[in-house]
Amino acid sequence: MIKVKDLIKKFNGFTAVDKISFDVNKGEIFAFLGPNGAGKTTTIKMLTTLLSPTSGQISLNGYDVLTQPDKVRRSFGIVFQDQSLDEELTALENMDFHGVLYSVPKEIRKERIEELLNIVELWDRRREYVKNFSGGMKRRLEIARGLLHHPKVLFLDEPTLGLDPQTRKHIWSYIVNLNKKEGITIFFTTHYIEEAGKIAERIAIINQGKIVIQGSPEELMKETGTTLLEDAFIKLTGHNIRNEQASSADHMRMMRRVHKH
Amino acid sequence: MKIIYILWLRQLKRYSRSRARIVGSIGQPLLFLVALGFGLGPVFENAGEGNYLQFLSPGIIAMSILFTAVFSGIEIIWDRQFGFLKETLVAPVSRLEIMIGRTLGGATVAFFQGLIVFVIAIPLGFHPNFFMLPLGLLFMLLIALFFTALGTAIASVLKDMQGFQLIMNFIIMPTFFLSGALFPINSLPSMFKIVLAVNPLAYGIDGLRGTLASGAHYGIGLDFLVLGTVTALLLVIGSYLFSKIQI
Repeated sequence: MIKVKDLIKKFNGFTAVDKISFDVNKGEIFAFLGPNGAGKTTTIKMLTTLLSPTSGQISLNGYDVLTQPDKVRRSFGIVFQDQSLDEELTALENMDFHGVLYSVPKEIRKERIEELLNIVELWDRRREYVKNFSGGMKRRLEIARGLLHHPKVLFLDEPTLGLDPQTRKHIWSYIVNLNKKEGITIFFTTHYIEEAGKIAERIAIINQGKIVIQGSPEELMKETGTTLLEDAFIKLTGHNIRNEQASSADHMRMMRRVHKH
Repeated sequence: MKIIYILWLRQLKRYSRSRARIVGSIGQPLLFLVALGFGLGPVFENAGEGNYLQFLSPGIIAMSILFTAVFSGIEIIWDRQFGFLKETLVAPVSRLEIMIGRTLGGATVAFFQGLIVFVIAIPLGFHPNFFMLPLGLLFMLLIALFFTALGTAIASVLKDMQGFQLIMNFIIMPTFFLSGALFPINSLPSMFKIVLAVNPLAYGIDGLRGTLASGAHYGIGLDFLVLGTVTALLLVIGSYLFSKIQI
């Protein structure tokens, strides 16, 4: 469903994404993890046509991101890291606006909006302004909105950031249900590593622009000799806080672990 | 077409729901009309220039359009900071459609704002020439379009709101004060006249004055030609800059 080959993004000499390659299969739940500033959001921006790569190839749903951006855009839905709703509009208006942008016919739009708002339990609040919604409600609305045009892939960039455990659990269960019910391929990032391990079928870990490992959660733990995914993550990405320069030992360790996949 | 319509409608909905913004943006023109109109009116009349409110009103109508339009254009920065812009940029629609929809929406809002000030000015003593009203409205629309496109162009190159004050103080305020909104052009020193002659708002106000009030300095035909041309030009520049936005 998503094929990425030798993808590079440089900003004024700084390499944010450094020759990464990975595939995401159809119907898969794929977690893209990494410390702050590792290149997760930059990668998502390139996958979703918001940013052009310095070099490399990306195809999504069989379409080339660089040469067929409109077809690519129709193939995915996205929930951004930062909120992207219009708070001065109601939930229904936000959904309708999205439907028009994606040329969803009026009748289908109406039905689909009702169906999705029911799934995320916001149908009763549809006429309220989004500015009166809580963080969790906004997230749920964004997920519903991202699915309105029947995308093949749903990108979720830290969908549970800043939410309480109850809401996070709810959001993850919506995501898993949607994956099962609609067969949508899910590509998500998060800092809640254990939560990612519970729902993701495969995980790729990116560190300082390079993918250091990819595989199932069990494979990752096996390869690193850990029993917790979070320990595997720290072992692979080092203990340094991410806006600091990594030590040379970190660099060497990373170089060794750049995966052959 | 539907995309342009929905983006236009969004701007209008946002405006009509923000009562504070409507009331706030009426306050300043009203203050100008009352304080300057009545305060400087007698001096203006004694100098043999006629009724000052009649002269001032087109300038203040244009001022309210100017500020609202630039602000509407600049709103893109907000949308960029609060994420809504991304929602439109990842959609399968062209950036030109987004830019046109937003600009028309912003211009409509600014036009309405000008219309409100126009209505307010009448009970204060402004006597518009209603026969020429359609032409006057056309000038109002052109001013609105020009400055919304300017706001969009500026917002496309600014990353955050920190540069906004700079733009207000060094572009927007000089544009207003050096436009002939508050004083007649014919008795100005020649240096001043040159500055006014390169200010698009001066033609907009002159056109408004020519159609609604006391007669134009440059002539309505020239006003229309200049304002129409620079508006078209700026729409092209604004669209280009908007197409280059990277999130």
